[in-house]
Amino acid sequence: MSHDATLNPQGEAIQLTPAHAHDAHAGNGHEHHHDSFITRYIFSQDHKIIARQFLITGMVWAIIGAFFSVIFRLQLGFPDKTFPWMETIFGHWAKGGRLDPEFYYALTTMHGTVLIFFVLTAGLSGTFSNFLIPLQLGARDMASPFLNMLSYWFFFLASVIMFSSLFLQTGPFQGGWTAYPPLSALRAASQGSDRGMDLWLASMATFVISQLLAGLNYISTILNMRTKGMSMTRMPLTIWAFFFTAILGVLSFPVLFSSFILLIFDRTLGTSFYLSDIFIGGHALPNQGGSPILYQHLFWFLGHPEVYIVMLPGMGIASELLATHARKPIFGYLAMVGSLFAIFVLSFTVWAHHMFVTGMNPFLGAFFVLLTLLIAVPSAVKVFNWITTIWKGNINFVPPMLFAMGFVSLFISGGLTGIWLGNSALDLHLHDTYFVIAHFHLVMGVSAFFGMFAGIYHWFPKMFGRYLNQTLGYIHFWITFTGAYLIFWPMHYEGLAGMPRRYYEFNADSLGIYHQFQGLNEVISVVAIVVFLTQLMFVFNFFYSIFRGRKVTDQNPWKSNTLEWTTPIKVGHGNWPGEIPEVYRWPYDYSKNGVDYTPQTVPLSPEEQEELAHVAHPETIHERQL
Amino acid sequence: MAVFFAILMALLLFVVIFQIAKASEYVAVLKGEKSSRAQANKVNAFLMISFLVLGLFGVYFCNEELKDKLLPRAASIQGVAIDHMMNITLVITGIVFLATQITLFTFAFRYRSSEKRKAKYFPENNKLELAWTIIPALAMTVLVGIGLKHWFELTSEAPANAMVVEVTGHQFNWFFRYPGKDGELGKKNYQLIDPGKNNPLGQDWSDPANQDDFVSSVLYLVVNRPVKLIINSQDVVHDVGLPYFRLKMDAVPGIPTTLWFTPTITTAQMARITGDDNFTYKLICDQLCGKGHYSMVANIVVETQAEFDQFVSQQKPQYQFAMASLKPPPADTSSKAAPADTSAKPAAAGSGASGLR
Repeated sequence: MSHDATLNPQGEAIQLTPAHAHDAHAGNGHEHHHDSFITRYIFSQDHKIIARQFLITGMVWAIIGAFFSVIFRLQLGFPDKTFPWMETIFGHWAKGGRLDPEFYYALTTMHGTVLIFFVLTAGLSGTFSNFLIPLQLGARDMASPFLNMLSYWFFFLASVIMFSSLFLQTGPFQGGWTAYPPLSALRAASQGSDRGMDLWLASMATFVISQLLAGLNYISTILNMRTKGMSMTRMPLTIWAFFFTAILGVLSFPVLFSSFILLIFDRTLGTSFYLSDIFIGGHALPNQGGSPILYQHLFWFLGHPEVYIVMLPGMGIASELLATHARKPIFGYLAMVGSLFAIFVLSFTVWAHHMFVTGMNPFLGAFFVLLTLLIAVPSAVKVFNWITTIWKGNINFVPPMLFAMGFVSLFISGGLTGIWLGNSALDLHLHDTYFVIAHFHLVMGVSAFFGMFAGIYHWFPKMFGRYLNQTLGYIHFWITFTGAYLIFWPMHYEGLAGMPRRYYEFNADSLGIYHQFQGLNEVISVVAIVVFLTQLMFVFNFFYSIFRGRKVTDQNPWKSNTLEWTTPIKVGHGNWPGEIPEVYRWPYDYSKNGVDYTPQTVPLSPEEQEELAHVAHPETIHERQL
Repeated sequence: MAVFFAILMALLLFVVIFQIAKASEYVAVLKGEKSSRAQANKVNAFLMISFLVLGLFGVYFCNEELKDKLLPRAASIQGVAIDHMMNITLVITGIVFLATQITLFTFAFRYRSSEKRKAKYFPENNKLELAWTIIPALAMTVLVGIGLKHWFELTSEAPANAMVVEVTGHQFNWFFRYPGKDGELGKKNYQLIDPGKNNPLGQDWSDPANQDDFVSSVLYLVVNRPVKLIINSQDVVHDVGLPYFRLKMDAVPGIPTTLWFTPTITTAQMARITGDDNFTYKLICDQLCGKGHYSMVANIVVETQAEFDQFVSQQKPQYQFAMASLKPPPADTSSKAAPADTSAKPAAAGSGASGLR
């Protein structure tokens, strides 16, 4: 009867007494009348519902953020045209159908903030960490379902605050997603630095709280709640990636928070942490002795790890999916974990490569060059391991696999230009040009999105019990993949020509050298619109398929080894109706001994040698030797 | 109306695509999962390899289309070094790009699902891991070595004979202050800034060194003579972007930064090189600084020492403008005295305080 084998919120108790769990299952939750629509779908403590909440909120933000990019791309592609409908939507920000420069900057700022934090942080790791950590590790739920719920609702609150800032008379914040003071600190410096910045800071501070609650939960769940036999080295690489992502967040978000607190002080209490020697709006300010560069250090101490908070989940998902859909074990599991760890450690030591042109001590800069280029080594290891994983595989080109392969391709293309920008001497020329835009959109924007898409296509059947339409998936992939290269590849050339980012237009005679890129800008904008419409098609596919998609009839549709596919097709609160399965092997026994796949729950046969036995269960080796 | 039709067309197109997608799903169910999956594998594997071929052609085509739109050759000694380093980096990363992308897509095509083959169980190989740890590490060592050599040269102390110019960013324009005959920039204090009294930079008039400092809105440089820029900002963070010289440095309020380089090509020579008679070097703001960020562009003139000396001789110190504005009546004589700039052909703004606002 019940499509949701709902267990009561005291799932832990049930875990200890599986017989009770069956009772609850048989009872169909009838005794749980308090489990209303509101507690089940809104203030839910079920990690799977929370994951879906993160996903859908993230999607809403992704549409908003992408829509903003379409609007400012129209400005860049067609600076001389007017679009009367813009005035209908944006009112005084687009008088006569022409975008106001300040609103242009508001749009780019919101595009960056929303996509990096709300979509690729909350939407990506919020969705998949929440969904997969308990399911792939064999846990009933997160370590603290309540904190987990709070983390979503703090995110929701942050979203509401940020969203409301869009409707201010003075507009949302306009100083770029990095919010460098004094531009962000002084209300006189820009309209957006007035109320818009107040709300931006309030929203971001709330967001940090959400991330910390979520991160601590992920870490404690991974460390404490693995099922029997699930040693750390038997965890899927997705979980390793989420693990490092969570630690990165927990260690670096507080620093961002501190930078915001100081900024709030400077804005409201008259302190001078970031302000000194400023003459603005016809007045000399009293603030002296502060340093705007201090903010940049604090900001990038999160800002750079943030790039990897965005990237690592995609790497984990790609690793998992390349193996599953190529029917091969991931190549170099330990090297993959090791390189994740190396990236994790190094990501804390490279933040100042965003600041080579701030006048920093060149000697200090040298260290950041060295450490930055060092990241290329674990990144290269990952790329070569991914490629070797598909070598001699038997590749099923289902949409999740295509997106995982697209992820690798984009990561290579964008990653290689990181070697240019990380080398300070080249950065002197390329810093803050379109080259940078091309670099980070490929390496962390689009490719992180590809990781997310891959994950959605792969786990949609588990999330909703139905499939996404495959044909629409293929169209989605090919247009997005081609479009991403068409949009960002030529931007490298604009950057090499020194074309600066964050320019409202290049119409002025003084920028005559960039007039020759007008045709190119137009092409890029048209492609961006097409790609945007394709994403809307995906969104349609997503919501349509939740209700009307082809039903999943196979408990394990991808023939995957990991634990989430041992749960019922419609997973209830508590995940496994009976006992939690025990794990006997790593998750990558694909095509081992001629067997297509061997789930983690299958015990080793007597003559079988366990992969990674020496690290997975050293004591068993010891016993065998005895 | 056009917008309405565009939306209508997009919707129609979408409905058609959706119907096809839905139909193909039914067909797949009818045909059986196996054969429909085999079909999809074939199509997508073919698309993968096509993407590689077309993509590589696209890379070539893009380069052919855009290579002439890049900057003319670097106009400073430092810029030439940076371009050189960029070429080395391009070769190294280019090789890796081609090797990895070609392998990735070729493997995708070659190892598409087939009933006849079984995937190879190949979980690890330490020699391979070692190889692709060491090779990138070596390549990075080379790049770091070259990079740091250039970095330390670029950020070294400016030569003693360098001329000094103070650059000040201000929402949304640039000031250039020259030290005058004494070769020394006078003291300044941001609290003395008063554009109404012709003191846009806050020069301290009690410092005698200030009495011959002159201010320009165009940056004049001498060819083959090192120049050291002392960079300030009055309000928010700006950035002195010098694309033709391949350099950049932030202007930070409260913390002066420096940048030195040696221009090697005069404006007139560059006009011949580019075939553009109106060619002007540009200084562009490269750090988002507010609503006028995109208009914060200044002209740079690189000229011979003789031309520069003539320019200097025509400049009137800011001190004189300021003193004149303290005594109201002779104000209009001073504005008449502000020299019309002759040496800077395209620099319409001219120089002197009268052209600053």
